[in-house]
Amino acid sequence: MSKAKQLSLFDRQILRQAAKDSVRKLAPRHMVKNPVMFVVEIGSVLTTFLWLRDVISAPAGAPPTWFTGAVSLWLWFTVVFANFAEAVAEGRGKAQADTLRKMRTQTVARRLLLAAGEPYRAGAKEERVSAAGLRKGDLVVVEAGELIPGDGEITEGIASVDESAITGESAPVIRESGGDRSAVTGGTKVLSDRIVVRILSNPGETFLDRMIALVEGASRQKTPNEIALHILLVGLTAVFLFACVTLVPLALYSQIVLSPTVIVALLVCLIPTTIGGLLSAIGIAGMDRLIQKNVIAMSGRAVEAAGDVDTLLLDKTGTITLGNRMATEFIPVGGVRVEELADAAQLASLADETPEGRSVVVLAKEKFKLRGRDVTEGKMRFIPFTAQTRMSGCDVGDRQIRKGAVDAVIAHVKALGGAIPTELEGIAHGISDSGATPLAVSDGARLLGVIHLKDIVKGGIKERFDRFRAMGIRTVMITGDNPRTAAAIAREAGVDDFLAEATPEAKMRLIRAEQAKGKLVAMTGDGTNDAPALAQADVGVAMNSGTQAAKEAGNMVDLDSNPTKLLEVVEVGKQLLMTRGNLTTFSIANDVAKYFAILPAMFMAAFPQIAPLNVMALASPQSAILSAVIFNAIIIILLIPLALRGVQYRPLGAAALFRRSMLIYGVGGIIAPFAGIKLVDLVLDALHLV
Amino acid sequence: MKEIAMTGIGWLQIVVFLAIILALVKPFGIYMHRVFEGDRQPLPRVLGPVERGLNRLTGVDPTKEHTWKQYALAVMAFSLFGVLVTYLLQRLQHVLPLNPQGFGPVEPTSAFNTAVSFTTNTNWQGYSGESTMSYLTQMAGLAWHNFTSAAVGIGVAIAVARGLTRRGGPDGPKTIGNFWVDLNRCIVYVLLPISLAVTLVLVSQGVIQNLAPYKEVTTLEGAKKIIALGPVASQEVIKELGTNGGGFFNANSAHPFENPTPFTNFVELVLIFCIPAAITYTFGRMAKDQKQGWALLGAMVVLFVAGVATAYPAETTPNTALSGLRVDQTVGNMEGKEVRFGIANSALWAVVTTDTSCGAVNSMHDSFNPIGGLVPLANIQLGEVVFGGVGSGLYGMLIFAMLSVFIAGLMVGRTPEYLGKKIEAKEMKLAMLYVLIFPLIILGFAAWGAVASYGVSSLNNAGPHGLSEILYAFSSGAGNNGSAFAGLNANTPFWNVVLAIDMLFGRFFMMIPALAIAGVMVAKKTVPPGPGTFPTNGVLFTVLLVSVIIIVGALTFFPALCLGPVIEHFSAIHGQVF
Repeated sequence: MSKAKQLSLFDRQILRQAAKDSVRKLAPRHMVKNPVMFVVEIGSVLTTFLWLRDVISAPAGAPPTWFTGAVSLWLWFTVVFANFAEAVAEGRGKAQADTLRKMRTQTVARRLLLAAGEPYRAGAKEERVSAAGLRKGDLVVVEAGELIPGDGEITEGIASVDESAITGESAPVIRESGGDRSAVTGGTKVLSDRIVVRILSNPGETFLDRMIALVEGASRQKTPNEIALHILLVGLTAVFLFACVTLVPLALYSQIVLSPTVIVALLVCLIPTTIGGLLSAIGIAGMDRLIQKNVIAMSGRAVEAAGDVDTLLLDKTGTITLGNRMATEFIPVGGVRVEELADAAQLASLADETPEGRSVVVLAKEKFKLRGRDVTEGKMRFIPFTAQTRMSGCDVGDRQIRKGAVDAVIAHVKALGGAIPTELEGIAHGISDSGATPLAVSDGARLLGVIHLKDIVKGGIKERFDRFRAMGIRTVMITGDNPRTAAAIAREAGVDDFLAEATPEAKMRLIRAEQAKGKLVAMTGDGTNDAPALAQADVGVAMNSGTQAAKEAGNMVDLDSNPTKLLEVVEVGKQLLMTRGNLTTFSIANDVAKYFAILPAMFMAAFPQIAPLNVMALASPQSAILSAVIFNAIIIILLIPLALRGVQYRPLGAAALFRRSMLIYGVGGIIAPFAGIKLVDLVLDALHLV
Repeated sequence: MKEIAMTGIGWLQIVVFLAIILALVKPFGIYMHRVFEGDRQPLPRVLGPVERGLNRLTGVDPTKEHTWKQYALAVMAFSLFGVLVTYLLQRLQHVLPLNPQGFGPVEPTSAFNTAVSFTTNTNWQGYSGESTMSYLTQMAGLAWHNFTSAAVGIGVAIAVARGLTRRGGPDGPKTIGNFWVDLNRCIVYVLLPISLAVTLVLVSQGVIQNLAPYKEVTTLEGAKKIIALGPVASQEVIKELGTNGGGFFNANSAHPFENPTPFTNFVELVLIFCIPAAITYTFGRMAKDQKQGWALLGAMVVLFVAGVATAYPAETTPNTALSGLRVDQTVGNMEGKEVRFGIANSALWAVVTTDTSCGAVNSMHDSFNPIGGLVPLANIQLGEVVFGGVGSGLYGMLIFAMLSVFIAGLMVGRTPEYLGKKIEAKEMKLAMLYVLIFPLIILGFAAWGAVASYGVSSLNNAGPHGLSEILYAFSSGAGNNGSAFAGLNANTPFWNVVLAIDMLFGRFFMMIPALAIAGVMVAKKTVPPGPGTFPTNGVLFTVLLVSVIIIVGALTFFPALCLGPVIEHFSAIHGQVF
């Protein structure tokens, strides 16, 4: 996977294969799916026949045989180039699929011989079967060094798993039965311990399979927007078909006999071949870009919907803030010296392996040069944190040093007959109000002070939200914190709104309320209790580390389990639509120049007085028509990189974005072909080809 | 020859005209909003009883609304009935009263053409009114359609606007108004009162109104001459107000009994533009965002100004056909123009009458210089949306707006929305159908007429000018305009029948998709606009809309126009005329 990511835009092997495929795709049963290009193919066949006829015996009044041949050849090129674009996009997908497929093969599963539905029991016999033979509900055993044979959830045991094959992330992750970290993915490797996995998908339906199908374009269906655009393109093609076909009798009225070759050339130049030829490549490439970001979308529709999202629901922890809170300050109370407080806090945290605990030690070291002490020194007994006491600490001799939730420590001190300094409450509230957590520290019956544990907002996240605001997307932070803390963090992170003390029901209500206002909602989630909300949201991105239920409910899965990814998903969705829109505009704008190339060429013989319309001063009527046809074919090739990469996305408001795009693709689309056609004409003329 | 002819006074008249139209937009737009969407209609004491009486008489239940299909069905039934009655009136006029000249029955294909023409708000006239139609036919048959066909168009526009602006969502009612109520209200509150009032103004200026037989007079040279008379004034106002355009006399608004003075000329011009302009304001009210209406009107004004700014200068250049003759052409091309109107008012009228689907004329477009004649033709071929016909202009413009928004929406990376409603495959299909039908009939029929012997035999002019005449006839029919590049004898069976089909398709095959779009859109969820939504109520959208209209029109018709007016223009430069 990680290798496939770096696929160059012009990988030689892919190009070679695509060149072959583009000819194979000339089969009418393939072409008919794309009516615009099918019209071009029919034109190519027609002109080829005319050329053959002329080669045998040209009727009077027919254009020069070489001209018909050249037009016919370039029309074929036009079709082939369009097919090539599609084939390249597919080829890039296939290359990724092949990498994936390699992982799937040759896994042997150790299936437990149990009756269907029977729960796991120790000592059950096992058999060795191919991974492809596993069915939903089977239980398999996986031990250190073995590959997990299929998607499933752990029913017994705990193990560290290397998921780099799927995520590209090399650090192993812990997976254990029960809870939200029980899901495992086929193709990943168990590094330690032994687990029993319940298989949750039948062969051919695993993540890998879905991913392969998606990148290969096998399960690609046209998205709603693509269909609507297709209708526009087919409609335009029909309009131009009328305009060109009726031109024959209208010209006949003026005693001009237009050859079918010329009419076909005009038609092909006018119909939107540029976008018609690149449309499916754009769609495939959009999906491909998403997969390069390690996100699997269950359908193209979901990707498109991502571009339309109005509201993003983001979990605070992990998305907006770093997962861990950090100690940033020691605040002594009751006249205690700050060094004494720091010393006690450090002692209480020495054995605390949580990131919060470690951050206390680090702060004490940085601020007061308090070295970490040898934990075996003296008689130290560590008291671990429990949900009941909500405190941890250590006993050194007869000193009882504790740190923990403020109310818990107060209760502890009071029980020992100590007094509570009056300023404590004010300080603790102040810290809460700033979006942080206060931890009280005590030494025996003495309350020493408070540690300020701060939620650290991720760097750059505020700017990201600014970008979203510019795009018109509202961000809502979801957190279990109380409203005061939540408000403070929301302010710091620059989100538009927040939902505090969030329960799954509250989340669901929020999504429904937004949707009732006609908005599209996107969210990320990983737990089983997120599943209903993920299903309700228009775009639900499940974390790969999450439960199977969450993954089933969402319509995308982020293999990196990075909640910030949602932002990139939205950008890919928008980029996809913009690429289509901009190329459509470009394609239509091109027609202006083509008219000025071809129409004077058609009528100049009968009405030489319209020479001023030949604004490009093209060498001859034949060269004018041929230049337009050649430009029309070449522009497809030139735009393939743009179609595959997508247009550059900028976080601007709709109006500003439109002005920019219109200038580049609209105005540019009118001007570019004038230069392009003239250039081709000059080359043809210089080479004496016309 | 000097080029002098564009005058300050000419431009001033054009500017004053536009200013008056723009000043009328708001008050008249609000008035129409009250008529169609208000809880209480205006002038309840006077007009209320008339409406209620009409409803009782026709058995209309004003509380019951129609779905788009019911609405479309009612429109079709009503129109078909209209065609039938008008056909019979013409065929039987010799046995019916009010026929002082004793005209015989109208020839069948001509009667069919005329019945269709007036029903579709086209008012193409293959016949010559004063020598064909009895007073009864003119008043009961043709004047009836002048009112009803206009009211049908306005009703459909309001219904389409309802479909786009109502916010019932998928669970709300799928109805878009009651056709019969819209029809009645339009006639009772809008068309009749204005017609009555302005008719008196016209009569004061010398427009005639009588039922007398034609008068025979002796001219100063002593020659005998028959002067056609009739109930002209009562038809004149609705002819312009309803963008009908069918003249009582063959010479239409160039005739001194229809349009005697520069003042009546000005009044008639204002009548033509006032409803299509003001209904954009009505639309803005319905959308609850007045800027939406102004944006559409803005596009119309830009295209109108572009037309005038092309046609007026073009007509101030001398006519090549008259060069070398002893004709003073210092003011420009006066061939086919009335001296009492002059160049500016003739050019302005030609643009106004083709921007809207009116089709009344005060000069002969056939005699315009090639570029001057290209403007009316191109105006029609843009789809009759530059103000457009009463009603049809608005719904046509709305469909172009949806197409524009579709492209713009993709360009800003969002599923396109118009007025908060997403534009998806189904609407696109209908919108493309609407766009397709127009070139299909114009180019298809023109291609047929241009090569068939029975088509070409009606032409008075050879070469590109003859082709322009053919193109103009079918464009005029499809656009339901009705003006003609005279010079084509269209009163032959081929032209009568084919043009009638052209008009029918151009009216109903465009109206039905528009109503169907309303039916789809009314059931859609409304999304509140955000900064990520492409705004459709600003200058940016107006610019886009103008570009889309021009691009679609130009790309479709440029090749055909090349063979007509464009070649003619370049030939004229070399002194060659056709």
